[in-house]
Amino acid sequence: MKLFRFFAVGILFGIVLTKSEAISWYRIYEMFMFQSFHMYGIIGIAVITGVCGIRFIKKKEIKDYKGQPIEILDKEKSIARYLFGGIMFGLGWGLVGSCPGPIFILLGTGVPAIAVVLFGALLGTYLYGLLKDKLPH
Amino acid sequence: MEFITNTWHWSVSGFLIGVVMLLLTYFGKTFGMSSNLRTICSMSGGSKTASYFNFDWREQKWNLAIVLGSIVGGFIAYHFLGNASNIDINPKTIAQLQHIGIDAPNGKFLPDALFSMEALTSPKGFLLLLLGGFLIGFGTPYAGGCTSGHAISGLSNFQLPSLIAVVGFFVGGLVMAHFLIPIIF
Repeated sequence: MKLFRFFAVGILFGIVLTKSEAISWYRIYEMFMFQSFHMYGIIGIAVITGVCGIRFIKKKEIKDYKGQPIEILDKEKSIARYLFGGIMFGLGWGLVGSCPGPIFILLGTGVPAIAVVLFGALLGTYLYGLLKDKLPH
Repeated sequence: MEFITNTWHWSVSGFLIGVVMLLLTYFGKTFGMSSNLRTICSMSGGSKTASYFNFDWREQKWNLAIVLGSIVGGFIAYHFLGNASNIDINPKTIAQLQHIGIDAPNGKFLPDALFSMEALTSPKGFLLLLLGGFLIGFGTPYAGGCTSGHAISGLSNFQLPSLIAVVGFFVGGLVMAHFLIPIIF
């Protein structure tokens, strides 16, 4: 059951995002309208927790569960792809109020309309795959 | 039990999301939900048409296990850990939404104006959902990640590319919320 630990982490992730209402269209809209601190608080604390954890892992040279050294790869340098891709994703995030994680989680809460969003997302990724070499990266 | 059934405080939720990311790091993986879109395309035969999908998707089974888990997690939280009846949106936001014709939450996660069966079966509603999904699906692999991969994992490791991506996310989201949503609805 090598995959079970990932399944369990997924359950935790789904519960946290549902109970914090980060999967709610209203919470995302409220965030982009600067009318609530809720989402900024969630992302901010997640990043602070992450920064502390990653620093601890690097400093103490913590090994992963298999005893291998943990290697955290740097992201490839560029501006165009992050900015253009980021703006496209932001437009979609602002419109349907869900990023890729919440799309799956909302399926679990039983919203049929989310299946159309997921289908659109797969279509988008497929088209990106076809056009990848023609886009500025 | 109220601390479970009510909205979870942002500090608790943020901490747990950070823990999810660190757990995956400890398991030797990188937290990122949008990679699954590529994996599903590859599994569905995309590798025949574009080299981008030509990789061994079996190596991504762990991430698909997270997807399955998150669907189950959403189901559990929605049905057994209380509902969103206390969803507490800024009254100013609700008034503004009403003004542009979007219904108040009243215990719902999602507005009927965009997600009800009625919206889903109308041509405009269907196209909006498809377009939103399309922008997410095209934008995240282009940017090399989404909220989990860039905003959480990337920023936690002080990655400048992730900061650029997050600025992009917000430029797109702000333009949509402030200028486009009032025109669309």
